[in-house]
Amino acid sequence: MKYTLSGRWLRGEQSARLLLLLLPVLIISAAFFLLPLARLLVISFEGDQWGANYWQALTEARYLSSLIDTLLLSVSVTLVTLAISVVCGLFLARNEFAGKSLLVSLLTFPLAFPGVVIGFLVIMLGGRQGLSAELGLMLDGTRWTFAYSIAGLFVGYVYFSIPRVLLTVIAAAEKLDYQLEEAARSFGASRYRIFRDVILTGLKPALLASGAICFATSMGAFGTAFALATDINVLPMTIYTEFTLGANIAMAAALSILLGLITWLVLFLARMLSGADASPAA
Amino acid sequence: MKRTPSYYLQLGFTLLICAFMLVPVLMSVTAGVTENYFKGISSGLTLRWVQEVLSIYSDTLWLTLKLALATLAVNLLVGVPAAYVLARSKSRWARLFEEILVLPVAIPGLAIALALIIAYGGVQDLRTSWLFILIGHVIYTLPFMVRAVVAVLHSIDFRQLEEGASSLGAGFLRRFFDVIVPNCRGGIVSGALMTLTLSVGEFNLTWMLHTPLTKTLPVGLADAYASMRLEISSAYTLIFLVMLLPLLLATQWNGHRRKAQARPAVQTPAPVAKGVTS
Repeated sequence: MKYTLSGRWLRGEQSARLLLLLLPVLIISAAFFLLPLARLLVISFEGDQWGANYWQALTEARYLSSLIDTLLLSVSVTLVTLAISVVCGLFLARNEFAGKSLLVSLLTFPLAFPGVVIGFLVIMLGGRQGLSAELGLMLDGTRWTFAYSIAGLFVGYVYFSIPRVLLTVIAAAEKLDYQLEEAARSFGASRYRIFRDVILTGLKPALLASGAICFATSMGAFGTAFALATDINVLPMTIYTEFTLGANIAMAAALSILLGLITWLVLFLARMLSGADASPAA
Repeated sequence: MKRTPSYYLQLGFTLLICAFMLVPVLMSVTAGVTENYFKGISSGLTLRWVQEVLSIYSDTLWLTLKLALATLAVNLLVGVPAAYVLARSKSRWARLFEEILVLPVAIPGLAIALALIIAYGGVQDLRTSWLFILIGHVIYTLPFMVRAVVAVLHSIDFRQLEEGASSLGAGFLRRFFDVIVPNCRGGIVSGALMTLTLSVGEFNLTWMLHTPLTKTLPVGLADAYASMRLEISSAYTLIFLVMLLPLLLATQWNGHRRKAQARPAVQTPAPVAKGVTS
């Protein structure tokens, strides 16, 4: 009796109180996210002609090449990171040995490093006084440097993508059904076929989800390029220069909207395709 | 399992990748405490560079701490109740709002910062205040807090717990603080750690939102990398790592603890910051 009473009472109190609890977040979201985003969108259409900024972004060589370079860089970073993570992740999920948890910790602790720090670490590896320069001096008397070219960005982006992707792959690999592999083996499937048809298929949702996050992160990464001060204009750098040096706010806004649309769309598609939750917060 | 050549090949590859992750960090740490990096470690160890960084950049340390704690406070105050509402409501509006709420994670920080500057850059008092950066950090980290708590709430039958408490005469506040909050403590801790970690290392937004008087640690780092000698940059990075270390350890510990006590029904996301960071 009392139970049903309280149940009805619970339903009765709902709406008003729940709305009140949600109100602060509603206000913060509306005032500091939706409204600014709407302003950004409006400004991106300012100019001589409606949509001229977008037309310019997709036709003028310096914007288009920046967009294409960033896309190619992000795709290759994603593929290489996935390949590395599948090898390491499967190995770590399937074998037990002393020091394994330490190894996993060491592989994943740079997860929280911001892009600027990773830029500096790339300079440590491939800068003018870096490891590879020392190595080059020893071997053929010249300083080998790669930090300030597109290779430096590539290395940096792979560096910060590995921890994220690896954690997801390990978690997914631990859940794989080993009996499926046994069954495939007993039917005479080759190791390659088992890897392709059983293991990779099983990992597919995780690979799609983490690959999408890796791609989106690489597209929007700004700190690493900033720290390396390269002459490669990845899209975020182009936006930054348009905004600060060019004072071309409308163009910067249009490029930002394009960039945001690309990253959002990739994450959205991955979420649809993998069935799993590919949103970065999950 | 038999140790085949393939096993050693994979182990070797994994160790190689581990070296790739570790070596630059170790190089940076040593450079930060070496008298002269070009002469190498034989020139002697010193804390001179660390002291120098502290004298030049100590205000960035304090601001970073202040920002992280303020971001956490806001996220706890508004994020946890919001998560409760979102987990409880089945309406389409709640789902739509949840989507909007997590949207900042899918959009590069640079774009969000640009939008904030366009909308509020003209308000001088706000533009020059550290609160402007706080707004950016809250927008960016709030989704992580809300999602972590919502995930826990979805995994427990909190409605039944609540009805039980209610039938015993507990009012709403009593139920919220004595039933809901303790039951999703794991999610709150994950969300809190993620908030702190993300805020301390945030650069994309912060670089756009900062002013010369409101520099955070990552902003100061970018500054040092561009203009200071290698030893100072390294010492500064070392200080940043030392600040990050307790958070990383706590995150790992929290992950293990929750894995160990994971009741079958309770599945919460690993407390890792998988956002569009950097």
